[in-house]
Amino acid sequence: MSLTGLFLILFLVVHLIGNLQLLSNDEGKAFNIYTDFMSHNPVIQLIAKGNYFFILLHAIMGILLAVKNKNAKGSKYAVSPNNKTSWASNNMALLGTLIFAFLLMHMGHFWFQFKWGSGLPMVNYDGVEMINAYAKVTTVMSQPIWMVAYLIGLLVLAFHLWHGFASAFQSLGLRHKKYTPIIEGLGKAYSILVPLGFAILPLYIFFTQS
Amino acid sequence: MKLNLKVWRQKNNDSKGSFETHTVNASEHMSFLEMMDVLNERLISEKKDPVAFEHDCREGICGACSMVINGRPHGPQQGTTTCQLHMRKFKDGDTIVVEPFRAKAFPILKDLVVDRSAFDRIIQSGGYISVNTGQATDGNSVPIEKDLALKAFDAAQCIGCGACAAACPNGSAMLFTSAKVSHLGLLPQGEVEHTKRVQSMVAQMDEEGFGFCSNIGACEVECPKEISTENIARMNRDYFKASLVSE
Repeated sequence: MSLTGLFLILFLVVHLIGNLQLLSNDEGKAFNIYTDFMSHNPVIQLIAKGNYFFILLHAIMGILLAVKNKNAKGSKYAVSPNNKTSWASNNMALLGTLIFAFLLMHMGHFWFQFKWGSGLPMVNYDGVEMINAYAKVTTVMSQPIWMVAYLIGLLVLAFHLWHGFASAFQSLGLRHKKYTPIIEGLGKAYSILVPLGFAILPLYIFFTQS
Repeated sequence: MKLNLKVWRQKNNDSKGSFETHTVNASEHMSFLEMMDVLNERLISEKKDPVAFEHDCREGICGACSMVINGRPHGPQQGTTTCQLHMRKFKDGDTIVVEPFRAKAFPILKDLVVDRSAFDRIIQSGGYISVNTGQATDGNSVPIEKDLALKAFDAAQCIGCGACAAACPNGSAMLFTSAKVSHLGLLPQGEVEHTKRVQSMVAQMDEEGFGFCSNIGACEVECPKEISTENIARMNRDYFKASLVSE
């Protein structure tokens, strides 16, 4: 869980940096050129395949872990303990399942459409024809239902990362008097800032488009 | 003080248990176990079956007492075993829910008594050193770095009560096993067999059917000896190393 989780944590940063180009005031040119590059570069394509694999591996291992642990616990206590452990830590499987549902929605909106969708909006920059991914994103995000769904998904992701970031280091045995507090601080900052960075996009698009 | 007790009654592991409600008059100076004794004295005088629970030293060092009080192993007081928990921590008229330790690897024998021999088997699989250390030697004749001695001693405080596995929502015994692995492995006498020990104890822990650690941290919160999850990280680290170097 820890190794795949850390890979996905790195992926989120790259994904966010790329997506922040949606904010540039050029009617999506920078973002479209970026998505065109990402979907045609063979190295990126290979990393993308690895990314899908790691997402699935993380999910499958998570399910196996949750099932094994549920069986190992057997029955639950009649009174819930109220013992200062974090809510996120106790609900990682639930949060993971919700993130998976969110991913299906996200892939359905964009990845699936770009691969197999018909009637995609096209755009031409200096004689190069490419998919107008920016138009696609703005169409989805300007609908209130999807905008809210993305925000909820990101909130769930934030909780998952709140536990997951530092937990990955602990599972790998990377614990140190000096560095662990830094890792924990970084984890908390990451789990707030990265989902927040993503959340700016649907909000920005929604309020500038409508 | 008058208390309403909801106590778990179960004939054996195969039968279905349920809560039984009793009213107990206790003094605030009593320990929790003494309060249970008062209940049992009354049940015996009424020719009823007393509540089965484990106890031995009643001074917090043996690890025999094992109840879950209001959802928390060893009750609400931090760093305390049930026997050292006093009734002054509760209020007159309180309802207290008493359950056995719950984990698949700890089958219920009767009422609040669970079979914790899974921990004994984890110890047997590697919780020893096979060299003869002889008589207690003079202090400081084996030089040990102070920091290591303290860490080993912290880990050695584990009384093997099972509160970690009972508190863990995954029913994991990582805190116990890692405390034992650390306590022996950090000292020069136990270091020699450390690689083999960490592998065999982890293997036995898995075989007993304990869950996997997902770093929730409930074990550390409920441990009456306040053993740190730092030991779990150390065991993970040592287990990876052992997997790489072992034949």
